[in-house]
Parts: sequence; structure tokens; C-alpha cells
Amino acid sequence: MRSAFAAIYMREIRVAGRIGGSGSMGVVFFLTLVTITPFAVGPDPNLLARIGPAMLWISALLASLLGLDRLFQADAEDGSLDQFHLSHTPLELAVLAKCAAHWTTAGLPLVLATPVLGLMLQQDGMALAGVVASLLVGSPALTFIGAIGAAATVTVRRGGLLMALLVLPLTIPVLIFGVSAANAAAGGTVPFLAPFSILCAISLVSLALCPFAAAAALRQL
Amino acid sequence: MPGAHRPHADFHSPLHLKVEGLCVERGGRMVLENIGFALAGGDALVVTGHNGVGKSTLLRTLAGLLPRVSGSVALEGAGEEELSAQSHYLAHSDGLKTPLTAMENLEFWASYLAAGHPALSLTPAAALANVGLTHVADAPVGILSAGQKRRVALARLMVAHRPLWLLDEPMTALDAASRARFANAMRDHCALGGMIVAATHEPLGVEEARELPLGAAS
Repeated sequence: MRSAFAAIYMREIRVAGRIGGSGSMGVVFFLTLVTITPFAVGPDPNLLARIGPAMLWISALLASLLGLDRLFQADAEDGSLDQFHLSHTPLELAVLAKCAAHWTTAGLPLVLATPVLGLMLQQDGMALAGVVASLLVGSPALTFIGAIGAAATVTVRRGGLLMALLVLPLTIPVLIFGVSAANAAAGGTVPFLAPFSILCAISLVSLALCPFAAAAALRQL
Repeated sequence: MPGAHRPHADFHSPLHLKVEGLCVERGGRMVLENIGFALAGGDALVVTGHNGVGKSTLLRTLAGLLPRVSGSVALEGAGEEELSAQSHYLAHSDGLKTPLTAMENLEFWASYLAAGHPALSLTPAAALANVGLTHVADAPVGILSAGQKRRVALARLMVAHRPLWLLDEPMTALDAASRARFANAMRDHCALGGMIVAATHEPLGVEEARELPLGAAS
């Protein structure tokens, strides 16, 4: 069973590496969103420093939705999904492996790009560390929650927008505690650990529940 | 003689596939009504009938990919695992990732499907040799021809042993030499006690195969 997980994970990483673009497109979109923010709100350093964590989180959330609609669609089209259904390996494990690979190729690059982009939004040392830490812990939850939407829209042509409409409301708790953890690290009255622990809890709960929800949706095809 | 070097092992468990009173509905229409047949280890069954008569539906139902309205499908003598985990299902889509090479695709399926009887499974390299594709092992599947892709998909059946093969038009896009080669592989599979249910319009190349005509009345 472990070898099945590793097999899917490695295949997804390889496919992403060969095709290219899945991770870098997200980072470029992230960069674009962050870059246009000062044009919209004005170049006031204090204002940018204050809204910076929220803008970084919103941008990362939107960027993480890119490519998520293809998470199961490619497998449905080439017939791999049928094989996952047939196999003695639980479908939940296949979903988990696909989510892990998707986070590695699409979510992790966003986290790694955050320190650089944070500098454009006047984030200093502690604030940067807070945003990076909260995104590192919170972005897996975005992937797992997104997997439910991807599974529910797997047969819908151009289901990307529908998926975003389904997924974005579900990500609100992640956004709330992610931004408040990042803000707390930058200074403020709330201790950093309180929202950060809740964010960790949300990620763990989504890790435990979302593969089952996504697999259930895939079984309804 | 392709397929002759397949490892033989002591595998003659008394397998039985029993299908009784199978009814399947698709889109509000009863596609299959009261289908029943029985297969023993070593048997091959060819499902025939005109387009839309429900050949693919029957195979997908046997594989457990479609729900049945009534009836039973049971595989006896193959251990505790469900029927779907004991079968290979090959349909129009090949289950191959086009950016990966033929070898990488097969290595993936070998390690993902790994189970059952290792003695009856070929290594990815041997399976590729068996379908005559050693020379394109390192080429991305995306640049292979339709027939070559199909042969890579057929090689998947050999890298992990499953007693029951469910084949939907397995000969699509294959040339004469490849057909003969795959017919050999199917005969080997039956000789080792495996079972085959195939939907096809063309001769399967397995002489002793029985026939299940669907929709003969209409």
C-alpha cells in the first residue's frame, strides 16, 4: 500500500516536471497579483505593510486554485481513474497521494516565493516569517479542500470556475486564521501561537477528512 | 515465439466467475436485462452485438465501475479480494501518461498494481519485449502511434497478474503481427487458468472462446 502511494506520488511529480508550468505558472500568477496591489491601493509604505499579510494570503489562495481543476480530470480522461477505482488500493489513498504531489509541485513553490514577494509589500523580518510560516502550514489545507471541488467537477468541461465557486467559501476558515497568525507575528495584541495552532488544526482535519470526501465524490461518476 | 518465455507457475486454482440475472440501467433505459453466464478458469468469453447493445456497459459493470440494478457477479476461488481487484480492465482509454516514457508508465503500473502472483507477472522490460516495443521503451508515449500506445496498454496486463481480464475492443489499432502476438498472450493467460471476457467485433484469435451474443432478439 505504501508502494502504491509512492508510485502515484512519483508519477505525478514526474509528469509535472515533464510538462512544466504547473508550479511556475502559479508563482507567476502570485507575483502578478502581488505586483498590481500597490497600483490599486497606492504606494503608501505604512498601508502596504498593514495589508501585506492579507494580500499575500488572498493572492496565494487564488494562485493555489490554478491547475487544481486538472487534479483528477487528466486521470479521468486517460483512463487512469478507472484503474484507481478497480485497484485493491483504496481510492482515498490515491487521492491523498495526488494531493501530496500537487502540493509539492504547486503549493510549495508559492510558499518559497512568499519571502521575495513580501518584500514588495513592505514586510519586515518578523512579518515575513509569520506569513511564510502560516502559508507553509495553511497551504496543504487549501490543496485538500480544493481536491473536493476538483473531484466534484471532474466530469464538467471547463469546470475550473465552478470549482472555484465551490471551493472558495470552504477556504474562509483557513484564510481567517492564516491572516490572523501572520498579523500576530508582525505585532499586535493577539499571541502568534493561538491562531497558528488553530490553522495547524484545520490543516490536520482537512488532511484526515478531505481525501474521503473527494473519493466519495469520485465514486459518484 | 512471443509469449513463450512467460514464467509458468503452479497456478490452477479452481476459479469460477458466476454472473446471474444481471440488469443494468443507464440514463433511465434498461441496457442489460437478465444477463447470466458462468466461466471457469481457462475460459474465454467473447461478447458480441451491434453498437450500443451494451457490451461496454457489461464490462464496466463486471469491473464494478457501474452499479447494477439487480443480479449478482461473483468470483469464486480467488481469495478474499473483491472481483474488481482481481481483474484487469482495458477500455478505449489506455491509462497512459503521454509525457512519460513507455517504460516509466509500465513501471508505475507495475508498482501500483503489484499484488497477486509475482511469479506470473512480467517485469516492465519483459512485458515491453512481449509486445515488441523494446526499441521505443525510452520514448515519451505522446509520440507513439495509436497502435503502439495500445500495445503499451496491453503490456500493462502482463506486469501485474490478475486472473480475470476484462477487455473492451482490445484489438483496436493493432496491426496483424501485434494481433497474433496478443492472441498468443491471451492463450497463455487462459492456459495458466486465467479468464477473459472480451467485447469485440473482430475475431479474438482464441479458438476455444465461447460467444455471448447481446441483443440478438432486437
